[in-house]
Amino acid sequence: MSRTVSRRKLLAGAAAGTAAVAMRFPAPAIAQAAPFRLGLLTVKTGPLAQGGILMEQGVLTYLKEKNYTLGGRKTDLFTADTGGNPAGAKTKAQELVERDKVDAIVGPLAAFELYAISEYITQQKVPTLSLAAADNLTQRTPNPFLLRASATSSQATQPLGHYAATELKHKRTVTVSEDFAFGHEQMGGYQAAFAKDGGCVVNKLWPPLVTPDYTPYIAQIGDCDCVCQGFAGSNPLRFMKQYANAGMKYPVLAGEAGADDFLLKSFGDEALGLVSAAPYTLDLESDGNQRFVSGMLKNFDAIPGQYAALLYGNCQVLDAALHAAGGDIGDKEKFMAALRNVSLTDTPRGPLKFDHLNNVIGTIYIRRTGREGAKYGLKLWNKTIKTYENVSQFWTWPEKEFLAHPVYSRDYPPLTKC
Amino acid sequence: MTVRHALLAAAILALIAVPYAITEQYYVNIASQILLYAVFALGLNILVGYGGLVSLGHAGLSGVASYAAAYLLAAGHGHVVAIAGALAAGLVTTAGFAALSLRASGISFIMITLALGEIIWGLAYRWISITNGDNGISVATRPAPFGLSLASADGFYDATLIVFLIAVAACAIFVHSPFGAALAGTRDQPRRMNALGFHVWLIRFWAFMFSGLLSAVAGILFVYYNEFISPQALALTASAEGLLMVISGGAGTLLGPVVGAALVVIVKNVVSAYIARWNFLLGAIFVLIVVFMPEGLVPGTVRLFRVAWRSARRPKPATAAAAATPAGEPKP
Repeated sequence: MSRTVSRRKLLAGAAAGTAAVAMRFPAPAIAQAAPFRLGLLTVKTGPLAQGGILMEQGVLTYLKEKNYTLGGRKTDLFTADTGGNPAGAKTKAQELVERDKVDAIVGPLAAFELYAISEYITQQKVPTLSLAAADNLTQRTPNPFLLRASATSSQATQPLGHYAATELKHKRTVTVSEDFAFGHEQMGGYQAAFAKDGGCVVNKLWPPLVTPDYTPYIAQIGDCDCVCQGFAGSNPLRFMKQYANAGMKYPVLAGEAGADDFLLKSFGDEALGLVSAAPYTLDLESDGNQRFVSGMLKNFDAIPGQYAALLYGNCQVLDAALHAAGGDIGDKEKFMAALRNVSLTDTPRGPLKFDHLNNVIGTIYIRRTGREGAKYGLKLWNKTIKTYENVSQFWTWPEKEFLAHPVYSRDYPPLTKC
Repeated sequence: MTVRHALLAAAILALIAVPYAITEQYYVNIASQILLYAVFALGLNILVGYGGLVSLGHAGLSGVASYAAAYLLAAGHGHVVAIAGALAAGLVTTAGFAALSLRASGISFIMITLALGEIIWGLAYRWISITNGDNGISVATRPAPFGLSLASADGFYDATLIVFLIAVAACAIFVHSPFGAALAGTRDQPRRMNALGFHVWLIRFWAFMFSGLLSAVAGILFVYYNEFISPQALALTASAEGLLMVISGGAGTLLGPVVGAALVVIVKNVVSAYIARWNFLLGAIFVLIVVFMPEGLVPGTVRLFRVAWRSARRPKPATAAAAATPAGEPKP
């Protein structure tokens, strides 16, 4: 008796199961609906984590705004933490490409991370939209699968050098920046452009990335009429404070990270009068920027700086290229061409397009830190005082002439007598 | 002894089977990383576990080999020259390390190795004409010994496995040789060893050289695995990580560093994909190991098994009877 019941139950169950399976998978024609897999290489642990978390927030803000759809395709985000070191970046890039099978990568943050994965992304043909500013990867040794929609290290400091020489009428500068590629390339760009317009860099100081006390370096500043600092992360806060405490009066100029908008809430009066150049400014009154800033405030209650803005921009470029390619990324070379052909007007940083080496051409903003115009409950504000439009990585030099020089480094351009 | 041999054979077979059992390339790469860090940890273990000399500068030794290989390859030399040059550079640096640091022992030894490691790191960071500074050196190709390409994940794993097995065998032979016994003697009773006529300094020096050789081998594997080298690989954190592998797995055992390497690599690279605060997790695991198995994972596990085995074999009434008559209790 019980035996027949159980057999009946079994049959019924099997029939129901078959029906359910048949109904769950109606047809196999879902290839185009497969989600777009986006990888984010960022830094969430270690000394670079603050910028890395802002990068992730920028990406998430864009994806939320677009309801997780890029180029008409549903998008899955895979985030990996490199720990801010090259071996970690390589392993995490492998994780994204080989395990998560991502279609494109945004990030990483630091130049040495990008150098570490540069060969790998070429081998694997993964379109990568980086924040890192390893200048040569879009200059003398271009990587065909890299698109830099942020800026090279020197892209903002070259106009800064021009501005310092022509508008601020400075003649002699002491530069001070961290002793790594980003610092070298920023200050090299400043020095070359400043010298082109008649200025002269009289001394270059290179404190290590982790320097508890800048006093020995500040003590070496003199015989000049302005100081240019290229600090990154939270170092600008400590440098500016110690500079003011030492009673120094020379006006200070800064690179893109040296007066980043996300630092405004932490700066005090010592930052008043700081003149900086950056590819993104919170001050920009455009719809694109409004949308981005309100998204950041709504989602994360965070006042963004360039880390978030440039990653948001990377996603926008990716979105536009996917649209242009009809959501198809099967042919990676073709997709890179679609990325290079993107031209946008409505990004948080204003209009942008790309040169043939995959580097962005966009607006560079010269800002002065003051109290005027402060929004979002901030006490300080970076007010735009000049804009340079369509700035390329070569500044005003012809490309051939620019590329004939070595890449900006600790020793190039060399110090000259003046 | 036969059980041991069977286990050993099974372990080797399992390691050989890894690329066939795991189809996902990513995990084969992780397995390669575990093996190459295990070689590094085995080298460090010779000093830490058997010599009683805790070094915090070993990443410098493997880093010198990595840089030498990368530099020679970038200069256009072949893989044979690069590997030979890297080994030579690693050994020369090790000799320098040993000559300087073995003047001291204990805390002073740790501090001197730390300082020397930092000097190597500083050179890598600042001697830009050779090392390309912060931007590092890229290595374009992996070698292809006997026409077998190591470019694929599986190929590289096989090569790393062979090197790893040779390293384990070398360590086993080293440790069980009279020289290994003498080294352990200098760890436990340096003055008595001296009185017995052993040259303590020289024994330690050669142990350091062997340790440095393994570090250099690991450095070469590292640079070929990543196809890139930059100063971060030589930093203090890298040395400390190696020490963490040795201590968490079990210093002074052959298997301990291998288990420790697996633990650190897996938490760092696999678990970190799921847990944002993997640093914290690694710290917590280390604290737990220190609390429950201060001798390390491998000896600790062996101890627990022995205790369980004994309590299972001993008949219960007999225990009570033995407890009643302690004089008759045989020594365990």
